[in-house]
Amino acid sequence: MFSYAIRRLLGAIPTLFVIVTITFFMMRIAPGGPFDSQRRLPPEIEHNIKAAYNLDKPVYQQYFIYLGKLVRGDMGPSYKNKDFTVNELIADGLPVSAEIGLASMVMALLIGAVLGIFAALWQNSILDYGVMSVAMMGITIPTFVLGPILTLIFGVYGLTLLGYDISLPVGGWNGGAWRNLVLPIFVLGVPQIAYVARIMRGSMVEVLHSNYVRTARAKGLSSFMIVIRHALRAAVLPLVSYLGPAIAGVLTGSLVVEQLFGIPGIGRYFVQGALNRDYTLVMGVLVYYATAIIILNLVADLLYAVLDPRVRYAK
Amino acid sequence: MIAPITNSQVEEVMERAVDVKGRSLWDDARRRLFRNRAALVGIIVLGVIAVAAIFGPFFLAYPYDYIDYSVVSCAPDWWPDPGVLCNAGGTHWFGTDSVGRDLLVRTLYGARISLAVGLIATLVSLIIGVAYGATAGYVGGRIDELMMRFVDVLYSIPYIFLVIILMVIFNRNFFLLFVAIGAVEWLTMARIVRGQTLSIKQKEFVEAARAGGVGTAGIIARHIIPNVFGPVIVYVTLTVPASILAESFLSFLGLGIQEPLTSWGVLIKDGADQMETAPWMLIFPATFMAITLFCFNFIGDGLRDALDPKDR
Repeated sequence: MFSYAIRRLLGAIPTLFVIVTITFFMMRIAPGGPFDSQRRLPPEIEHNIKAAYNLDKPVYQQYFIYLGKLVRGDMGPSYKNKDFTVNELIADGLPVSAEIGLASMVMALLIGAVLGIFAALWQNSILDYGVMSVAMMGITIPTFVLGPILTLIFGVYGLTLLGYDISLPVGGWNGGAWRNLVLPIFVLGVPQIAYVARIMRGSMVEVLHSNYVRTARAKGLSSFMIVIRHALRAAVLPLVSYLGPAIAGVLTGSLVVEQLFGIPGIGRYFVQGALNRDYTLVMGVLVYYATAIIILNLVADLLYAVLDPRVRYAK
Repeated sequence: MIAPITNSQVEEVMERAVDVKGRSLWDDARRRLFRNRAALVGIIVLGVIAVAAIFGPFFLAYPYDYIDYSVVSCAPDWWPDPGVLCNAGGTHWFGTDSVGRDLLVRTLYGARISLAVGLIATLVSLIIGVAYGATAGYVGGRIDELMMRFVDVLYSIPYIFLVIILMVIFNRNFFLLFVAIGAVEWLTMARIVRGQTLSIKQKEFVEAARAGGVGTAGIIARHIIPNVFGPVIVYVTLTVPASILAESFLSFLGLGIQEPLTSWGVLIKDGADQMETAPWMLIFPATFMAITLFCFNFIGDGLRDALDPKDR
C-alpha cells in the first residue's frame, strides 16, 4: 500500500508537467501581454520591464526558465501585483481557500450521506421524495443564485429566531470569525450535499437489496446494526470515488463564492490573473488546484482499498 | 378427425404474422419513458419553453435591445408589492431591467442562447467523445492506454479553468464559447463510450463484420457506434444542463455572452446585483433556468431507467 501511494505520487509528476505545459503555451498564444496598457510606455522602458521578467526572450526559452524555477519551488513574480511573488500571494490566500473548501467538503459529505441513508431506508416514502427533490434543487439552482438569496435573507432582512439575532455578515473575512464563514461554506457545500445525497441513496438502496444484508436480517440483527456494520461499508464506496469530482466542484464553486462574499482566497486571483495576462499567477493557482485534485483522487483510491477487501494494490 | 389445413388458412395466418410488429429495444424504451410521469412532464415543459424561446420574441411588442429610459428597473403592473419605485405598464409582463429593456423578451432571448449553448456544446462533446472513446476502445492495447491516460490528465484540470483561459485567449467569441464548453465536456463521454466499446467489440457480429472484410473505420462507424447509443443518450441529456450551467457560470464571471445579447447567466447576474430593489430581475430568469435544468435532469433519469435492460 505504501509503495503504491509513493508510485501514485510519482505518477502525478508527469500529469502536473502536462498541465503546466498546456496552460503555459495556451496563455502565450493569447494576444496581449501583462504590460499592455492604455498609456504606451516609452520603448526603452517597455524593453527594460520585459527584460526584467525575461519576456523578451523567445517563448520556448521562457518556458524552460519557468520550468526550472518551478522545480525549485519558485513560481516567479506576479506581473500585476507589483512587489509580490506568486508564492507570497498564494501563501496569503491558500489557507483561507483551503479552510472554506475543506469545511464545505466535510459538511457536504456528512449531511449528504445522512440524508441519502435516510432516503434509502425509507425508500419511496414522503421522506425519500422530499430529500430527493431538495437534492435536485441543490443541483439545479446555481451557486450564484443561492448566494445572493441567502445574503438577502440573513444579511439584509436580518432574522431573529426566538429572540436571538441570527443574521449573518454577508461579506468579508474578518480574520476568519465563524460568523463570516457560515454563509460561504454553506453556499459552497450545497451542490455537493445534493450530489452526495443522490449517490449515497442510490448505492444504499442497492446494498440493502443484496443477499448478505438479507442474511444479516435473517440472523436477527437490528436494522440499526445492519446499516452501521454491514451496509454502510459497502454503500460508502461510490462516495469515496466521488471525492475527486467533489473537490473539483468545490474549487470551481469557490471562484464564485469568493467573489460573492469578498473572501481573500486564491480563487479570485485566477479570474483576475487570466484577464490581466498575469501568466505566473494563473499558472501558480492552477498548479495548486491540480495538485489538490490529484491528492484527493489518491486519497480516494487508498480509502477504497481500505474499505473494499477485494481491492489490493499489491505489486 | 382433424380438418386438413387449407392453403387459404395458411395464408391468413401468414398475413396476420406479417402484421405483427416486433417490439424493438427503442419501442420498449419509448413506452417506458412515456410511462414515467416526471420525464413526460419534463419533455412537455421543455418543449413549451423551447417553442416560446424560438417563436415568442416575434410576437412581443419590444425588441430585445430596445432601451426605454422612462421605465428603468420597473416592476410589472401585477407585482404584489406596492412599495416598488415604479410600474412598467403596458405589456412589460416581466417588468424591465436596469436600462429599461423588456425583461420578458430578454428572458426568451436568454433562453435561445442558453439552450443553443447547451445543445451545441453537447453536440461538440458528443462528436469528440464518441469518436475518441470508440477509437481507443476498439484499437485497444498501448494506443488505448495512451489515449485514456491523456483523458486522465485532463480530468485533473478543473475544466472550467481551461474554459476561462480559452475565453480570455479568444476574446469572448460567441461561437468559441460553445465549442470551448463542448471541448472540455467530452471526457466523461469518451470514457463511457470506451467502456461500452470494449465489451461490444468481443461480440460475434463484430467478428462477422471483420471476417466479411470491413475495415477498422467501417466497423467503428457502422457497428460499434450505433450500439453504444443507449448510455450515450442518457449522458447527453445530462450534459446539456451541465453546459447551460457552465455558460451561466462564465457569464457570471463576466466571461460569457456580451451585451446587448444575453443569456440566463447574464440576466441572473444582473438580477442578483439588483435583488434588493428589483427582485423580478432575478426571479424570472432564475426560475426559467431552474425549470429547464429540472426538466433535463428528469428526462435524463427517465431515459436511464427506460434504457436499462435490467428493468424489463
